Amino acid sequence: MSSANASSQVILRTDNVSKKFGGFQALKGISAEFTRGAITSIIGPNGAGKSTYFNLLSGAFPPSSGRVEFDGQDVTNVPQHKFAHMGIAKSFQITNVFPLLSTRENVRVGLQAFVSRYDIWRSRAKLPGLIEKADELLALVGLRDRRERLAKELAHGEQRALEIGMALAADPRLLLLDEPTAGMSPEETRVMMDLIVKLAKDRTIILVEHKMKLVMGISDRILVLHHGELLAQGTPAEVRHNDQVKRVYLGQREH
Amino acid sequence: MNEISQALPQAQASRVGWFDFVTRHRAILASVLVLVFPLMMPFTALAVNILIYGLYALGFNLLFGYLGLLSFGHAALFGSGAYFCGIAIVHFGLPWYLAIPIGVLGAAVMAAIIGGLAIRTRGIYFAMVTLALSQCVFYLFYQAVDWTGGENGLRGINVREINLFGWRFDFIDPLTRYYFVAAFVILALFVLSRILASPFGAVIEAVRENEARARASGYNVTLTRLITFILSGAFCGLAGALMALHLSIVPIEILHIETSGMAVMMSLLGGMGSFFGPFVGAAVFLTLENLVSLWTVHWQLFVGAIFVACVLFFPAGIWGTLLKWVKS
Repeated sequence: MSSANASSQVILRTDNVSKKFGGFQALKGISAEFTRGAITSIIGPNGAGKSTYFNLLSGAFPPSSGRVEFDGQDVTNVPQHKFAHMGIAKSFQITNVFPLLSTRENVRVGLQAFVSRYDIWRSRAKLPGLIEKADELLALVGLRDRRERLAKELAHGEQRALEIGMALAADPRLLLLDEPTAGMSPEETRVMMDLIVKLAKDRTIILVEHKMKLVMGISDRILVLHHGELLAQGTPAEVRHNDQVKRVYLGQREH
Repeated sequence: MNEISQALPQAQASRVGWFDFVTRHRAILASVLVLVFPLMMPFTALAVNILIYGLYALGFNLLFGYLGLLSFGHAALFGSGAYFCGIAIVHFGLPWYLAIPIGVLGAAVMAAIIGGLAIRTRGIYFAMVTLALSQCVFYLFYQAVDWTGGENGLRGINVREINLFGWRFDFIDPLTRYYFVAAFVILALFVLSRILASPFGAVIEAVRENEARARASGYNVTLTRLITFILSGAFCGLAGALMALHLSIVPIEILHIETSGMAVMMSLLGGMGSFFGPFVGAAVFLTLENLVSLWTVHWQLFVGAIFVACVLFFPAGIWGTLLKWVKS
């Protein structure tokens, strides 16, 4: 692969990133590249550093050392609120919606960030197209008929879907999902996985998942973290047959 | 419609048509109430006080109820408005129509300074930092005796007559004074209602509801907080400027911590989540103070007991509870 081609194939790159919390080294020098248009899953046992790595990728906090590059641009120290404007959106591991706002308003506020942020004078109802667009996104994530409800009244699985709807409001090129099926019933999990596959048609998706089995079927590439280090990466088949991965991960009771 | 003109952020989308109507026209309805209010009060001076403190609590509530930040230093903003307005009149001989904007602007600048320093902290730390900074402001004005009169207060804010394009109004007359103040309060009500219904109003609510999510959605939370703090300061500054004209003196007590506490009490008493709640809180607080102090000097004991009862049994406040009750 030529180098010019390679750079356009890579949407996100981490270069030797480490993260220390006090004396605890959560991540130890991870270098990885994420392919544009693919679904890449980051897996690993508990305490592997998945969430820390996810937070570095999504700009929640900067690494202690190393570099994060998005589309060839250094984003290592870019503040979180600018990420959405660059085309990176995320959903959180713990459900993170605006609980006392209506479901529709949750998405509408997400959309509004790209139209108007500091206007104190006009009416928000008169911003053109936002409510229609919000309803479209709600239909996409299957919440259209729940749009009048307060977000806190939704079931857990619905709130997670709402969060993805809110992330999509940024019309992101890169969608980051932190354990999108955490706490879901098997039925809700299946719906969510179908949704992820549907969304991957138009954008790059990186997701963190604890349950390895779940992502094997849908991922193009897999990164395995263990004790803060990158243990292996490759296609699901390659990872499944990697001896080290088998030892630390698959050898355990499979989830 | 609920998310568009949301008087009650905690309120669920109402299926009652007239409730929607009230919500949408909250500024007009509140104004009507302000206009007939002095006719319901035992004496007009109390009504003027309620109006001014109500505006002060309303400005405070923009920060407390809508953005979710508890400031214990709003006396500094209320007081700055009063002092800057008073100084403009006493030391520079400026007319009231210039002095009031100077008071508002002065308070807004003060809010930018206090807010700029405090806004990075959260919760109890934010309350403490604003408290400490307001104490600094107190000493600043206390020490600048030449400008502020120090302990004696700033005296000589004598506005006897309001000349409005040839129409002369006697400012000494209590009812005239009431309607003069009411005109500004009504203006403030409309502006506040508009801010809350604006795109920025939606951002304020989003930041209150979930800071991390707001940030991930692409909003600059720190800047949103600072702007809201300054807007809140401007409303409180207007209240302060009107207070200076009303009292014709600015007592140094206006910068005391008790004045900061009053805003918190009034908002909680009336209902911090509602548009008009702080006004109701101010009315109840000051009326109780006036009535109870007629027969005992220990009026604070009674107001305190009622406050505690309210916080324990009606956490939504008097107005907030009433609204909930009417809706269900």
